[in-house]
Amino acid sequence: MPLADAGLTAWSWNPLTDIQVMWSYPFMVNAFRAGAVIAVLSAAVGWFVVLRRQTFAAHTLAVVGFPGASGAVLVGVASGYGYFAFCLAAAVVIAMLPGAGQGHGEESALIGTVQAFLLACGFLFVALYKGFLGGVDALLFGSFLGIGDGQVVLLAVVAVVVLAVLAAVGRPLLFASVDPSVAAARALPVRALSVVFLVLLGAATAEASQITGSLLVFALLVMPPATAQLLSPRAAVSLPLGMLIGLAVTWLGLTAAYYSPYPVGFFVTTFAFAAYVLARAARTAATAFGARGPRPGTGATGGTPHAVEEAAA
Amino acid sequence: MIAALSHPFFLHAVLAGTAIAAAAGLTGYFLVLRAQIFTGDALSHTAFTGALAALAVGWDLRIGLFAATVGVALLLGFLGSRSKADDVAIGSAFAWILGLGVFFLTLYTTHRSTSDGNAGVSVLFGSIFGLSASAAWIAVAVAAGVCVALLVLARPLLFASLDEAVAAARGVPVRLLGLAFLVLVGACAAEATQAVGSLLLLGLLAAPAGAAQRLTDSPFRALALSALLAVGEMWTGLAVGYAVPGVPPSFAIMAAATLVFAATFLIRRPDTGTAAVTATA
Repeated sequence: MPLADAGLTAWSWNPLTDIQVMWSYPFMVNAFRAGAVIAVLSAAVGWFVVLRRQTFAAHTLAVVGFPGASGAVLVGVASGYGYFAFCLAAAVVIAMLPGAGQGHGEESALIGTVQAFLLACGFLFVALYKGFLGGVDALLFGSFLGIGDGQVVLLAVVAVVVLAVLAAVGRPLLFASVDPSVAAARALPVRALSVVFLVLLGAATAEASQITGSLLVFALLVMPPATAQLLSPRAAVSLPLGMLIGLAVTWLGLTAAYYSPYPVGFFVTTFAFAAYVLARAARTAATAFGARGPRPGTGATGGTPHAVEEAAA
Repeated sequence: MIAALSHPFFLHAVLAGTAIAAAAGLTGYFLVLRAQIFTGDALSHTAFTGALAALAVGWDLRIGLFAATVGVALLLGFLGSRSKADDVAIGSAFAWILGLGVFFLTLYTTHRSTSDGNAGVSVLFGSIFGLSASAAWIAVAVAAGVCVALLVLARPLLFASLDEAVAAARGVPVRLLGLAFLVLVGACAAEATQAVGSLLLLGLLAAPAGAAQRLTDSPFRALALSALLAVGEMWTGLAVGYAVPGVPPSFAIMAAATLVFAATFLIRRPDTGTAAVTATA
């Protein structure tokens, strides 16, 4: 934020020089690298989150990350480690509770209380760490400053491990997500799969939090894959499409945040939400228009985003 | 502790806090009973954005707070009965609203020369020790109004919450009651934001109500207990926040509320919660 205020960097309407100027700062290059890693990982894990309707679990895990990050800062460790430690621990705890993470039912008062208490703990750590009150916004709403080389390596290693595990369990997980009872009847370990997936979700949430902050993880974890799933019913298309949307949203958000005084969390959420709304509108138009043609949902109308746009036009 | 009351800021905090806690305890009980506790979550997002939007255009923070929370509560009321919207759409919309709040926060802190840099933090986590005398009295008046309105509505609202179909058949205006209740929740959320902040108001609504529901089966006793617990937790939190340096009062209030709720899980009861509540009503 202070960079733009100092007048060091003004948008010149020449994209080539603008990007050159922006990438002449090592922290900006790191932010783009980290953003790419995080966007791809979040879209991959988020694809299953949307499919399994576990958005509420993602929200809870992200809230848990806030006291983790502020606690890490309080004891003098990089906030990234705090996110990982708390999000992964919370994922294990949620996985142990039967029926938790769904967001409805009688325990909603309990979940609400636990969320508020964890946020209050984070606030306590921030208050105890004197002179850091401005930093609370960065932890809650994201920041692209302060991502070092070591952090990028850590993010990349975690992302590779998570993606490898996801690739290994992808097929049975997809089956178990779409039809848990049939999957269980075919002797698939449905319960173990959901535990593994929650741990992967914890890692992905911890990564996404480092760009979007604890409160805006939806922007990378849920919105891009949800947009992609609206545009295509086929997994082979919507999975990479979600990664592409996530990457575009993150890099555009970082660029916009660099050239304006506004925080990166605002831009990433706005771009991601705009993509989601456009996709919904395109889908509605496609179904309304294509009602006479091939039936929607069979894969014939929505193969690629271009197909949807053509159908809408 | 008596000496603390000689400080005007502490006196204002106790006055406003008591009224806000009582209102939050009463509304929270109905929210839990009607399984609408996540309305509180939605309101906490909009309260933040509303307050900062008002600050950014130079209005009083409370105008934005009340407009946002009551408006969204009404919107949720109208949407809720019509269709079951999916969690992805709702979650995305509220995440974006929160992102918009950050935009207003930056707009406020960078473009208004008279602004204080901690406006975002005090909206998110409350600043009950910073209330002026007039702000405290307005808070007391609004919270008392919410309490009175809820007590007037309590009987039909309880009926409509426990068995909507039968209540509607008996001529209770179920839909109107639901909307009126959501408006009261909105007003209560706007008040609670000034005490514990928009991020923590969910806890103030949920914890005392959840504890009261675990402790007693009678709805009216639970309603009173929820309000009493909320007030007690508020006083404890304020006292701890005053006595222990470095501990923010909103954390102390949340910690007291969470401890009480956690303690209720240690008490074994012969029968389980909601089924018994339905049976007695």
